[in-house]
Amino acid sequence: MTTLTPDSLPSTRPQQIGLGPRAWVKKHLFSDWANSLLTVVIVTIFGWGLFSLIKWAFTAAQWQVIPNNFGLFMTGTYPPELYVRIWTVLAIICALAGFSWGVLGRNLSTLFSRNVLIGIALVCALIILFPPTRPSSLKLLPIVALVAGMAAVGRQVGRKFPGVGKWVSLSWFLSYFVTLWLIGGGLGLTRVSTNDWGGLVLTLFTAVTGIALCFPLGLLLALGRRSALPVVRWLSTAYIELVRGVPLVAFLFMGQVMIPLFLPVGSRPDRVLRAIIALSLFSAAYLAENVRAGLQAVPRGQREAAMSLGLNTPLSLGLIILPQALKIAIPAIVGQFISLFQDTTLLAIVGLAELLGIGKSILANPTYLGRYAEVYLFLAVIYWFFCYAMSLGSRRLEEKLNTDNAHADGLRVQTLATQHPA
Amino acid sequence: MVHDSGGRQFNLKAMLRDERFWKIAFQVITLLVVIALASFFIGNLSRNLAQQGQSFGFSFLRNPAGFSIGESAIEYRPNDPYWRALMVGLGNTLTLVIAGIALTTLLGTAAGIASFSKNWLVQKLSRTYVGLVQNIPLLLQLFFWYFAIYGTLPKPENQINILGLAYLNNRGVYIPWASNALLALLGIAATVGAAIAAFYLWQWRTKTRIETGTSGKPQSIALVVLGLLWLAIVTLGMNWTVPEGVEGGGVTGGLRLSREYVASLTALVVYTSAFVAEIVRAGIQSVSKGQWEAARSLGLHADMVMRLVVFPQALRVIIPPMNSQYMNLTKNSSLAFAVAFPELYSIATTTYNQTGRPVEVFLVLMATYLTLCLLITLVMNQLNQAVQLKER
Repeated sequence: MTTLTPDSLPSTRPQQIGLGPRAWVKKHLFSDWANSLLTVVIVTIFGWGLFSLIKWAFTAAQWQVIPNNFGLFMTGTYPPELYVRIWTVLAIICALAGFSWGVLGRNLSTLFSRNVLIGIALVCALIILFPPTRPSSLKLLPIVALVAGMAAVGRQVGRKFPGVGKWVSLSWFLSYFVTLWLIGGGLGLTRVSTNDWGGLVLTLFTAVTGIALCFPLGLLLALGRRSALPVVRWLSTAYIELVRGVPLVAFLFMGQVMIPLFLPVGSRPDRVLRAIIALSLFSAAYLAENVRAGLQAVPRGQREAAMSLGLNTPLSLGLIILPQALKIAIPAIVGQFISLFQDTTLLAIVGLAELLGIGKSILANPTYLGRYAEVYLFLAVIYWFFCYAMSLGSRRLEEKLNTDNAHADGLRVQTLATQHPA
Repeated sequence: MVHDSGGRQFNLKAMLRDERFWKIAFQVITLLVVIALASFFIGNLSRNLAQQGQSFGFSFLRNPAGFSIGESAIEYRPNDPYWRALMVGLGNTLTLVIAGIALTTLLGTAAGIASFSKNWLVQKLSRTYVGLVQNIPLLLQLFFWYFAIYGTLPKPENQINILGLAYLNNRGVYIPWASNALLALLGIAATVGAAIAAFYLWQWRTKTRIETGTSGKPQSIALVVLGLLWLAIVTLGMNWTVPEGVEGGGVTGGLRLSREYVASLTALVVYTSAFVAEIVRAGIQSVSKGQWEAARSLGLHADMVMRLVVFPQALRVIIPPMNSQYMNLTKNSSLAFAVAFPELYSIATTTYNQTGRPVEVFLVLMATYLTLCLLITLVMNQLNQAVQLKER
């Protein structure tokens, strides 16, 4: 069969339906008099605000406080002669991150697309130009190269061995303990007391440990609250509701005081550990509610179907219910993780020198008297970066797990069929 | 493999395979573990307390507190008992929470609706605000407001005067206020009462207009009278005093809102409103597109579409999560202690430091905050029932 289209007709680009700049401005900013007034008022107020902020940042602000104390911000009072251990940790984590990125992106046509290259170039430029990081650019630039190199390696490995994924997860798990060992010492390394842990390192450490501990606990509590067994349900509900009724700062402060009281006479766990325990116990109650919402969203038929296939309660939970519930609950769970990360600032109140705490102690130094705006803005940028990255990651994960298409369903039916030969 | 035991003979194997047995056994085990843990902890607690020469009890609350409190809503002297000091803290917490909830509702709803604005600038502003504020810890924001914004206001000697009505300096904000607390309370009660009455009058007016086709004039007149009455009470009855700057710095008259209070309130409102804005946005988005289109095709103006059709439906989705935001605000108000605002948690910490009774103080704190949260939940549940879809 031949086509009937005459080949004399030239192919043209589709007509642009976008508005021109003038029309766009008219439509979006000055459509009627109220809208125009609003635009003018906002532009005046925020233009003036932005102008004064920029003027302040370039004339009145004394940014010296940031580069002068950059080491403190990052690691607190960690002994400078042992900084090499922190660098090793950073290198290990970056290498793993690059490798995982490569493995995850093994099916992409190009790993280093134009946007990624621009991003890498921007990071390198930032490292060289940003005064606080400039002294250590000889260490930071190789780490960037390491990320890129490991990504390339990871891609090749991922293509050769498709089952490498679980080893990546395992190595992340192991890297936590290696990090703990490198930072805290012991087993052949000089011990560093937790009193000397601080800054961003302590913030990230408490956040990661808190997240890792509160997730399983929250999961158990959520299952307990949804359980058909009355005793389990009552106990879980009581715990969740009691903890959710108390402010975190009370929980943390009293945790510092009361955890030693609840333990055998004379035992007094480390105060970073006490803070992490209180933080995890607190967050678990909130996480449980998020997971419960996910569990409630799984249709009843799923459980009944699992039961009729002969799965017992633990199996039907683990294989059928939880994977669906957690997928639904991802945004809420990540939201809880973000809030746990933000809650680590409260450790400053109970006297730990995490990022905000170290900021407070730097501001207490007479040399930097009154440099509040500079320090707090700098800290705000750091916190914002991590929280934003987490929410971005959650959105990506959601897209990746979104299996609502026929193709994926067909695949799953196939794997089921191969697993259970008749 | 069928055992003909007649159900009388004890059969261990069958029992282990019976789900009913495991259900009971699991609960018994859980209960035993929890009891064992609890008795371990409580045993340790009593041994630890005995070692410190203490016994559990709340009688210390009647001892004189002996510390002074910077600001209080109720009368307080340093030799008043601890429970009274705690009441002062609760009063301060309540002033923070009530003002916070009111302002958060306004700002958050406005920001949420703004993300649907026709004006591109307003829309982007709302999105930027949410994306910025949600991702920065509240405590950091609180410090920022307290030290970097309100702390850099001019000293009392060259304080800022706003239209002769209010003053700003680095000690706080001074606003016009009723000359005494009773009148202020009366004014607030009159405002709330008038608002409720106006709401019912308006509903009555709409109802009669729909049912009888009349103009609803009597109700309109009643509304106007109500408004005038309220205006009269508020302007004349409250005996307003306007703050006046004193030569050489300082302010007399009016109401002084301390810098600690204003900074805490600002931080709480700005932070919580970002979350409320997201809730409002999600609620409005949940209203199906057909509702917008139907309302528009009835000839309703854009703001009437929002006010009469979309928002009432969105409220059903908005109110349940608002409850938890209000509870969060209540609990987060405890952070005000970090800038030395004497709210409940701050007083409780001082009490603990002086008496060395962490367990009792913690229980008092927990009970108080739980009660506050419960009250909020009760009110919100009532509200939720009022806006739910009424089906046959």
